[in-house]
Amino acid sequence: MIKNKHVAVIGGGIAGMETASVLSNQGLKVTLIEKQPVTGGKLNDWDQLFPDFSSSETLVTRQNSKTSHSGVNVVYNTEINRIEKINGRFELSDERDVKIFADAVVVASGFRVFDATLKEEYGYGLFGNVITSVDFERQMKKYGKLLTAQGTEPKRVAIIHCVGSRDAKVGNTYCSKVCCITGIKQAIEINQKLPDCEVFCFYMDLRLYGSKFDTLYLTAQKQHKIQFIRGRLSEAAEKPDKSLQIKAEDTLQGRPLRMNVDMIILLVGMEPGPSNSRLIQNNKMALDENGFLKSANIHDARNCTTQEGIFMAGTAICPMPVNETLENARSAATEVIHFFENKKNDGRF
Amino acid sequence: MDDFSYLKLASRQIDFDNFDDRLLMYVLEYEPSFLTCISCGGCTATCSAGNLTNFNVRKIGLWLRRGETGKLSEEIEKCMFCGKCTLVCPRDINIRNVILLIKKRISMLKTENEKASWKI
Repeated sequence: MIKNKHVAVIGGGIAGMETASVLSNQGLKVTLIEKQPVTGGKLNDWDQLFPDFSSSETLVTRQNSKTSHSGVNVVYNTEINRIEKINGRFELSDERDVKIFADAVVVASGFRVFDATLKEEYGYGLFGNVITSVDFERQMKKYGKLLTAQGTEPKRVAIIHCVGSRDAKVGNTYCSKVCCITGIKQAIEINQKLPDCEVFCFYMDLRLYGSKFDTLYLTAQKQHKIQFIRGRLSEAAEKPDKSLQIKAEDTLQGRPLRMNVDMIILLVGMEPGPSNSRLIQNNKMALDENGFLKSANIHDARNCTTQEGIFMAGTAICPMPVNETLENARSAATEVIHFFENKKNDGRF
Repeated sequence: MDDFSYLKLASRQIDFDNFDDRLLMYVLEYEPSFLTCISCGGCTATCSAGNLTNFNVRKIGLWLRRGETGKLSEEIEKCMFCGKCTLVCPRDINIRNVILLIKKRISMLKTENEKASWKI
């Protein structure tokens, strides 16, 4: 009987909560394991979501209430380090040796934000007015507008695309998928709160895929006078007044460009979660070429790991935005149910 | 008859039918990483020579890929081989080596041409 089956979901971000609540609503016993004292994950730090500027907090609240109403058992302050198959069941343990047993596992352990201090030439951590897109979200949540480290309203801001993504120098050659649209969303928010502030986006390629993102790009150009410069930032330097000088090539003009700005926002990419390498140790799970969890088949077994009975949801698989994460999480739940019903996914093995 | 030279558009167009790939093939043989350039311009922005002259290292690469070898030999003399372009390249291309290979190949081709003219 499927109703007697117990599923452990690792990670209480939106992906984990979505998978857990769908499975619980289907009558399965579900334990959601979260390392923090609260669920919601990275979304607890975000202010507004692209492309509709809806509140991140509202979404997390909805996810939280859905999770508790569906009867999911949530375990907090527990970080799973080890998944091992023993006598046909999975044994999950953390470093304190707390053990959880399950018939199937869903890994929804998410991603890590790229550490911008690794791009030393951009000055993050050295210059106070160089911030990341994550810092921007925290600032917007706290103060409602962007302010320099000196507490003044910036007059000119540069937004830098592809920081920690598509960069062989930091070991990440993949595209993080969400940064271009995040940059455009944040550029619009700056213009809405500070209409006198000029905003420049420095990009290599603009990747605004799908039906909604390009519309926002058009809006940024038409209604917010955001300027787009095709060139990669080579370096930033701080001036005595704490403003910044940046260097890039305006590749469409074919000339080097120098510019003074009050602030720089680095659109930091998404990296594989820090626990991935530990989680694959005692089972047949594997990592893909970028360090994310490997799917058995990227077309019709995206949520299946290479270990039968362990599934995955959300950004543990690859970078993806919030709406795709939730869709992906629901698809992971379907995959778990099929597994218990012995419906074979031919794409799997 | 009047000179209708403005109708002669050929010189403005990039001629892909008569593509001179002798430089490109040589560079790719010894520096295959050059294939992955996405023209981001990081190299040009940081270029020591480009800060002092109108030298554009990204365009050197572009001309090489498009077979526009005519402009290359003079432009390339402006490079000072400081290697900063290589440091910033997000595709990890050894751009300094690309420039060196172009110079080497040009001098090889010049020598071959000279030898050929002696035989006549």
